[in-house]
Amino acid sequence: MENIAQDYLPILMLLAVAIGLGIVLLLAAAVVAVRNPDPEKVSAYECGFNAFDDARMKFDVRFYLVAILFIIFDLEIAFLFPWAVAFKDISMLAFWSMMAFLAVLTIGFAYEWKKGALEWE
Amino acid sequence: MIASDFTTVLPEVLLSLYAMLALVVFVYTGKDRHAVLSIWLTSGAFLFLALILAMGTPTGTASFGGMFIDDSFARFCKIVILLSAALVLVMGQDYAAKHDMLKFEYPLLVALSVVGMMVMVSAGSLLTLYMGLELQSLALYVIAAFRRDSAKSTEAGLKYFVLGALSSGLLLYGTSLVYGFAGTVEFSGIMAATSGGDLSIGLLLGLVFVIAGMGFKVSAAPFHMWAPDVYEGAPTPVTAFFATAPKMAAMGLFARVVHDAFGGVTADWQQVVAVLSVFSMFLGAVAAIGQKDIKRLMAYSSIAHMGFALMGLAAGTVFGVQAMLIYMAIYISMNIGMFALILSMERDGRPVSDIASLCMLSKYQPLRALCVVFIMFSMAGVPPMVGFFGKFYVLRAAYEANMAWLAIAGVVASVIGAYYYIRIVYFMYFGAESEPLDTQTPRRLTVILVASTAVITVGAAFSLFGIEPLAQLAAESLAN
Repeated sequence: MENIAQDYLPILMLLAVAIGLGIVLLLAAAVVAVRNPDPEKVSAYECGFNAFDDARMKFDVRFYLVAILFIIFDLEIAFLFPWAVAFKDISMLAFWSMMAFLAVLTIGFAYEWKKGALEWE
Repeated sequence: MIASDFTTVLPEVLLSLYAMLALVVFVYTGKDRHAVLSIWLTSGAFLFLALILAMGTPTGTASFGGMFIDDSFARFCKIVILLSAALVLVMGQDYAAKHDMLKFEYPLLVALSVVGMMVMVSAGSLLTLYMGLELQSLALYVIAAFRRDSAKSTEAGLKYFVLGALSSGLLLYGTSLVYGFAGTVEFSGIMAATSGGDLSIGLLLGLVFVIAGMGFKVSAAPFHMWAPDVYEGAPTPVTAFFATAPKMAAMGLFARVVHDAFGGVTADWQQVVAVLSVFSMFLGAVAAIGQKDIKRLMAYSSIAHMGFALMGLAAGTVFGVQAMLIYMAIYISMNIGMFALILSMERDGRPVSDIASLCMLSKYQPLRALCVVFIMFSMAGVPPMVGFFGKFYVLRAAYEANMAWLAIAGVVASVIGAYYYIRIVYFMYFGAESEPLDTQTPRRLTVILVASTAVITVGAAFSLFGIEPLAQLAAESLAN
């Protein structure tokens, strides 16, 4: 039981640092910062849209495209990390499996690029 | 281990490679100018793979540590899937050309969904199953919404996506329960865990959730609610595709799970499948009566047909699986003919799908009307059309498995269902005069309509083109 608690000590320390840093930054903003509020500034920020509005508004589909692209490459990284960390211990099969995965993603990316999905105008 | 594993999945690998390669080549060369080429190439690839699968002998062993099974059952399903997908793709070409759907991505999305279906019917573990299912479904969601400027098409795509996601959730929840209580997701492992003959309550719950998830995919009542809207809203070539290959894949998957994984506890799933079957048959028969749109009607018709196919499965015997396979093959050949008609239904160049527009079709298109008569009688199960033999097989399977009540329910439902099939015949021959449809129909649709009619009409005389022993072989390989 003691060992387990000890194993988690770094996480506890990280937690303390994170919380501490957060509090310090918030306090610093409250104490040091110059205040000059206006309605636009104090309203909630929502990716350039009004936070409270009719839900049935027109919405540029390109936002979704970029978001989906981000998700795909985010997932790719999520797969790559454990693969890279365990790289010494994995077999050649695991290596080539990841290469196949990356190749498939690249094909999708090449298609998307040529199709013009990345051009904003 | 690895080399033989890859030979087992070679057809799937080839098809995926083709789809990816074609995607890149087409987008870098001519984009949609190559759409027609893309259709024919994809169709050709389907036929080629069907040929490979038909020529080779199944290895019978499970590869990738039991995750992928190549047996006669998988091959039977794959060949039906590939052939129907190839035909439906070619059928839709004229419609696509006329209605701004001639995009090179469409056949490639179909190819990817077919890869998913092939994985589904070969699944040896619940994870392979889920992977195949999602690959198939994702491609299908996209093609349902393929005409993205049409409100109905996008609605169909969205509805299909939301309900598909719900069914995936149910399936995954069931999978996690099965994994928790059986300790494995592999079918052979689940089989071993349930070999005692009784199911723990957790496994039973898992089984029911998995069946519910698969019920969505075969559109069996009470999980059918997406089907009519999606069939109606999706572009007609897509609807034709929905009504054929994915249904075969989903039924193959259903049979695979209940027999390969839960084959030791037949009594436990039998009642669930029997209830799904009865609900589907009656709902399909009764709800179709009030329909005015032929695509909606075909959706309810397919729900009813899935009920009959599930009846074969509910029997829980080798013969039951054989009956189900025969029924599905017959169902698909009838549907291809029917959709060859629906695809050509146009007035002033615009597609129409209300049933009333078929009124007096016999007057100005006697050949096509006659073909539809045969197809309708076959769907209703009137001998000597093959539809009768399909129903005969599943009813016999249910009867021999001591489920006479189910067989009787099937007969009653099929009598009710006959009303709306024959009503279409009535419209075509005795209906009120209405504005006629365009008589200029693409030749290939007429050819396919006539060919399908010929197959379902004379099929019985040629002992169903030898499909019976093949289905038997497939069923035996599954039940062992």
